Amino acid sequence: MKILLLALLALLAGTPFYGLGNYPLHLVIMCLLWGYVYTSWSIMGRLGLVSFGHGAFLGIGAYSVVMLWNHFGVSPWIGAIAGVIVSALVAVIIGLPCFRFKIVGHYFALVTLALSEVTRLIIVALRDQTGGSLGATPNTALAQGNAWSLGALQFSDKVVWFYAILVVWLAGLWVWAKVDRGMTRLALEAISHEEEAAASIGINVTRSKLFVTLISAVMTSLGGVLYAQYQLYINPETVSGIGISLQMVFGVIAGGMYVMLGPTVGAVFTLLLAEGLRLALGDAFKQFPALDLAVYGLMLVLFIIYLPKGILGTALEALNKRGPAAR
Amino acid sequence: MEVFDIFLLEAVLNGILLGGLLALLSLGLNLIFGVIDVVWICYAEMIMIGMYAVYALHVQQGWPLLAAMAAGIAIVALLGALMHQFIIRPVLSAEPINQLLVTGGVLFFLQAAATLAFGIEFKNLGVKLPPVAIGEMSFSMPRIIAFVVAVAGVAATYLFLTRTYIGTAIRAISQDREIMPLVGVNPGRIFVVTSALGGSLAGLSACLLVLQYDIHPAIGLSFGPITFLICVLGGLGNMLGGLIAAFIFAQFISVGGFVLAIEWGYVIAFVFFIAVMFWRPQGILGGK
Repeated sequence: MKILLLALLALLAGTPFYGLGNYPLHLVIMCLLWGYVYTSWSIMGRLGLVSFGHGAFLGIGAYSVVMLWNHFGVSPWIGAIAGVIVSALVAVIIGLPCFRFKIVGHYFALVTLALSEVTRLIIVALRDQTGGSLGATPNTALAQGNAWSLGALQFSDKVVWFYAILVVWLAGLWVWAKVDRGMTRLALEAISHEEEAAASIGINVTRSKLFVTLISAVMTSLGGVLYAQYQLYINPETVSGIGISLQMVFGVIAGGMYVMLGPTVGAVFTLLLAEGLRLALGDAFKQFPALDLAVYGLMLVLFIIYLPKGILGTALEALNKRGPAAR
Repeated sequence: MEVFDIFLLEAVLNGILLGGLLALLSLGLNLIFGVIDVVWICYAEMIMIGMYAVYALHVQQGWPLLAAMAAGIAIVALLGALMHQFIIRPVLSAEPINQLLVTGGVLFFLQAAATLAFGIEFKNLGVKLPPVAIGEMSFSMPRIIAFVVAVAGVAATYLFLTRTYIGTAIRAISQDREIMPLVGVNPGRIFVVTSALGGSLAGLSACLLVLQYDIHPAIGLSFGPITFLICVLGGLGNMLGGLIAAFIFAQFISVGGFVLAIEWGYVIAFVFFIAVMFWRPQGILGGK
């Protein structure tokens, strides 16, 4: 199993050399980037903390770097640190009272939903600085024929981005596995089943929840930084608010919340669904601009009713049933 | 400063008008939550479907406006019943968060279906009603109509719930879900009726919104969040709490939007919501 995974990884790492062209490489990068962001979400989501507010962290990360760079010329490296600090603060400000006052389930989802909307609205309201709904573009550092600028974290070559995001994605999976094997996961699983009982055997509920929330928020905000620097364009709808927050949740559900590669599979599935329909329908696709979203919505409903473990979760389960060799 | 005050008064009065509409918006969602214990994340999208239904029948098919609105209400009511039968019923015994998520899938689907059917361009009914001037203040006619109809809708729902047999059964089941089958009430039927009622309230909201706003497939996202937050602020399932919360929110939006900018009004309302959740997680009138 391990050898198979390593072989797949080697195959993935060679992607830029297969002569795929720019657009397919872009798709792979997007799969990895969203795979990383979805993985970040699932670190807390799988433990019963279903957040509808991760658009807030993504938006804070993205707008911190771009605003600091455009208005003050602060390098995105420092901007990223600022974004992470702000995200961590917001996570504590929202998380601490939520966990202390036992806001769970629907209520937690809706409080975090309010958080992501607050972030989006603040970005829109500060339109003189942020460009409002029109979005913002980082000032380019690639004038005079420079192909890259490390200080400004801008690279015109997609291959650089591919490897950078591949490494970040792997790091995200590593953190996921680390949390998966740690005591906190066991504690949080106990908490998500029966909070009172968990507390009564000495689990510090608030601290355990805050721990995964902080990890998840910080990772998501780094995802926002990468998104902004890679796309070189952000707008409030694509990096914050209810739309993107729900997209994260559903990507993870579609892929499988409880397995390490589930969120990534969800990201690949979502992106390939649109591409697949585009290829299958050809020109007709242009006449049905939201067909992929319609199929996606329908499949989500069916998944949650019939495959609550997601694509990968269900597939792995079926494999395990057939042959006890795996695991 | 006298001029300032009259505009502030105008903002407050506009807030009251908005409050009536928000109260109606949140009522259907609250009713469904109170009875079935499920949050329809796609509730605002059902309202959007209602708006498109009125638009399609009135503008494209040439129906009289009132007939188109009546049909719009019926369509969304039917949609509500179907939603329960085919989407909610299979997950009734699943984890609560799955029930929330499944309606999120419906949200994407309805948005996409509307885009497929009507495109992403903004549509409107083309009905222009003159504003009403009172002294130096002026109020938009559709807002006044919306307020009056919304209050009437809330009152009618109240009468239905308190004066009819099925209304009483609905209230009873929201108080004790286990005991009702024992006294001969069929919860499955009550759930469908409640979903249809919630849908018809969404349809009524759609008729009022379509007079004021342009329609586009993502419009649900612009008033969906505020609707959920009102329900939660009032105590999910607590209809009186929802009404009060609607008027509080409307004042934040209207006065906050007047003093600062419209987005700041929403920001203040949402921050207020988060703060209240920490102080009273069960909502301002929640009992549990």
